Amino acid sequence: MEMRSPLGRVRGLGSAKDGVAHWWAQRVTAVALVPLTLWFVVSVVSLVGADYAAYKAWVGMQGNLVLLVLLIVILFHHTQLGLQVVIEDYVHGEAAKVVSLMVIKFTVVLLGASCVLAVLRVSFGT
Amino acid sequence: MVEFTLPANSKVGEGQTHVAGAGATRVRRFRVYRYDPDSGENPRLDTFEVDLDQCGPMVLDALIKIKDEVDTTLAFRRSCREGVCGSCAFNIDGTNTLACIKPIADIKGDVRIYPLPHMPVVKDLVADLSLSYAQYASVKPWMQADTPPPTHERLQSPEERAKLDGLWECILCFCCQTSCPSYWWNPERYLGPAVLLQAHRWIVDSRDEAAGQRLDELDDSFKLYRCHTIMNCTNACPKGLNPGKAIGEIKSAIARRR
Repeated sequence: MEMRSPLGRVRGLGSAKDGVAHWWAQRVTAVALVPLTLWFVVSVVSLVGADYAAYKAWVGMQGNLVLLVLLIVILFHHTQLGLQVVIEDYVHGEAAKVVSLMVIKFTVVLLGASCVLAVLRVSFGT
Repeated sequence: MVEFTLPANSKVGEGQTHVAGAGATRVRRFRVYRYDPDSGENPRLDTFEVDLDQCGPMVLDALIKIKDEVDTTLAFRRSCREGVCGSCAFNIDGTNTLACIKPIADIKGDVRIYPLPHMPVVKDLVADLSLSYAQYASVKPWMQADTPPPTHERLQSPEERAKLDGLWECILCFCCQTSCPSYWWNPERYLGPAVLLQAHRWIVDSRDEAAGQRLDELDDSFKLYRCHTIMNCTNACPKGLNPGKAIGEIKSAIARRR
């Protein structure tokens, strides 16, 4: 039974004094993704029907490789920022919340690293 | 964890129907949520037929008529009957609003009246707002200034005063607060639109000297940043205010001082 006053409950453990960093990072990554996504869609559309060698040549170009790796890193970073908010919104048990957040972050890092590695292998491979 | 099952006493059953008397000329059906937690029974929807020719124009007029003439056990809050006190906030026709300034004529079909959503119900249409009141107190809604008080009022230019327009009119009815899905999911940690609008009212007050500390307190993933600009708050506000914009301005202030 909880006998604590409403004010005590509301004040709780106080302000984390940290919320703007996450919010700002979400905005910055969102803005960065606009040109990167447009560039990616245009590039892929222009390569429709091309064979592996054409794709490999495209990824082999320095500028394309840099933008592609940036797109993957920023996209997955943005994904985990957003999913964290969803978990914080809906998952309320402290243990379940921490475990879900870890599973999501580990999964996103795993997927992002795999994508980057795949791109590098295509780019530098024979 | 996420709850998929409804808590006890959530299912709303069908209640009694009170038919309008013979000779009623313009009958309208009012479907009113009734719940008495002490009874142990589930909530029910009572139906009251009201002759609009014998009733004032607003939803509150009908509720008062029902309480006076049909069922005196109906519980609801009301006071000023002119949209100033914020007592008669209910969920009417699916939107939170003030019964006293909501014309019955604006509603098509049956008039459905529920208490403010997602708050504990004390009885019938009376929601327990203790938590929201405590959240309001937690943002210290009073002027904080270290400059010693002058012999006259603390002066403010017309331009400085104009910054409070759209904020000072808030009557704390909590229509916006209880319309916000983010507040439903995290009521203990998210301050909610009404309280954040009030916090902003003091942050932009030129006479207040504690904006920095106020922003320190609000810079928190839950207290402030649970707002996902769903904008139910602005949609619900019966005074036509924009809590969503006020929250955006707090976020902008915190970003500017980084």
